[in-house]
Amino acid sequence: MGILNADEQTAIALRTLYQQYGYRPYRVNSFEEYDLYARNKRFLTSEQILTFSDTDGKLMALKPDVTLSIVKNTRDSDAPLKVSYAEHVYRVPRGAYGFKEIMQAGVEHIGTVDVYAMSEMLMLAARSLETISERYVLDVSDMGIVSGILAGEALDDADRSGLLSMISAKNPHGLHERCAELGVSAQAEALLAALIPLCGPLGETLGKLERLPLPDACGEALASLRAVARMTQALGLTRINLDFSVVNDMGYYNGLIFSGFVDGIASSVLSGGRYDLLMRRMGRRSQAIGFAVYLDQLERFYVRREAYDVDALILYDGAADPLAVAQAAQAQAAQGRTVRVQLGDGGALRAREIIDLREGRALS
Amino acid sequence: MKTMLNIALPKGRLGKKVYGALAKAGYPCPDLLEGNRKLTFENEAAGVRYFWVKPSDVAVYVERGATDLGIAGSDILMEYRPDVYELLDLRMGRCRMCVAGPKDFEDDHTHTLRVATKFPAIARSYYNARSREIDLIHLNGSIELAPILGLSDVIVDIVETGKTLRENGLAVLDEIVPISARLIVNKSSDKFKGAQIRRLIEQVREVVDHED
Repeated sequence: MGILNADEQTAIALRTLYQQYGYRPYRVNSFEEYDLYARNKRFLTSEQILTFSDTDGKLMALKPDVTLSIVKNTRDSDAPLKVSYAEHVYRVPRGAYGFKEIMQAGVEHIGTVDVYAMSEMLMLAARSLETISERYVLDVSDMGIVSGILAGEALDDADRSGLLSMISAKNPHGLHERCAELGVSAQAEALLAALIPLCGPLGETLGKLERLPLPDACGEALASLRAVARMTQALGLTRINLDFSVVNDMGYYNGLIFSGFVDGIASSVLSGGRYDLLMRRMGRRSQAIGFAVYLDQLERFYVRREAYDVDALILYDGAADPLAVAQAAQAQAAQGRTVRVQLGDGGALRAREIIDLREGRALS
Repeated sequence: MKTMLNIALPKGRLGKKVYGALAKAGYPCPDLLEGNRKLTFENEAAGVRYFWVKPSDVAVYVERGATDLGIAGSDILMEYRPDVYELLDLRMGRCRMCVAGPKDFEDDHTHTLRVATKFPAIARSYYNARSREIDLIHLNGSIELAPILGLSDVIVDIVETGKTLRENGLAVLDEIVPISARLIVNKSSDKFKGAQIRRLIEQVREVVDHED
């Protein structure tokens, strides 16, 4: 597949897409002060951070995330700001041991988040997934629905995130147990339980959601989902599903959230949403929305699709004329094919075509 | 080509029992019970492939998408917290996660409590919630031996009938959580093989409800 790795090629395709819609490339430093992440641990996908002491003794970190760096360097007066990035981040992937360098691409929109801005984000997310594979699904949800249902309940943050994790696992029995433990009202429990099986094409599934007796506190989220559904439908984005198993930390995210999957990759490759609450925590008044694509997942996905190591494999031995071998190789390269010249046999190399110049054979 | 569902079954008694329910639900694969050493079995007509997997590894196979579905005890799910969908409580393989120790043991909070267990995450979160300082000892088997030899004060372990505890002079001191087998699904498989997975789950649910 050429000189670039699959993740690098995808990163370039994604950057081109984002720039096409006016998202300016944004470079951030590889290091940040550790304190930035320590204060916002729950915003990060993994809590472990690779740290080191700078020459002045300050505790620094190799960045595990790009969004925090962008927000930190943005003032409210910069809004509206549309930026994109493709950077390495350093973290411990789920279920893995030890740190990994991960290529991550993404976009951030900082400024008023209206219906257009949300639809543009979903369109870019869908197009990003399409860059990887045509068989993709973009799941969307709105944090406002669950928080609307729980608005009247006396629960703390830990209780809420416990309930969210049950919805995220589509776990009806666990949700029931947890609700009983926390004394959640029967009405709220029935609504939460009804969200679990609700998943499918956005417009159609939204119709089912609207038929539930949702409290008034869900009104804003419903209206926003409805507006977004109308837009994405008109834009021909048919692979967007409503699915409440998409959840994010309630302390940072509010409103629209989404998560993207590609057939053949075991976990989500794209994750994003509206993070006005992170902005407040960092002392900004602006609204914001964005997403990231995790390119580390693609490595194995692409490997399976390549049937050959090279287009042409030229085998020669001591009896062969070096000039004839070189000419044969150049002829292949001139046709834009990849070529490998090897003394002896080809071993385990998989080649589309083998050109054998051993034992006095010449090019026909 | 027919899309197949790959299912990880936990090796052992529970796996056989769960397979029984799957077979009744219309997903049989008779050579699976033939007692040979094969690990993979296929019934193309029913659209399923079964794999015998070490029980504590089922969650890993499912989370990483090596299989679409799996059957894992809720103890394993609590310990490893895999990012999967937990769609059905099979209500089989029921037991309890307990704190056990010598019959007359009383935690007087005068020293760090030594806890031996196969489930360090569950034990830690249980004692953290009680602000109890513990010395966690991770063992891989024969946990009951730890308090007998004075390696630990108590153990956190699965209790089925309590017979092993009684025979070793131990008793349940507190119940942490009831355990049962759960049907788990890879998140990505759920998006792309959703219809087949729902059908299997509905059919298994009927069998399980009927047997209850």
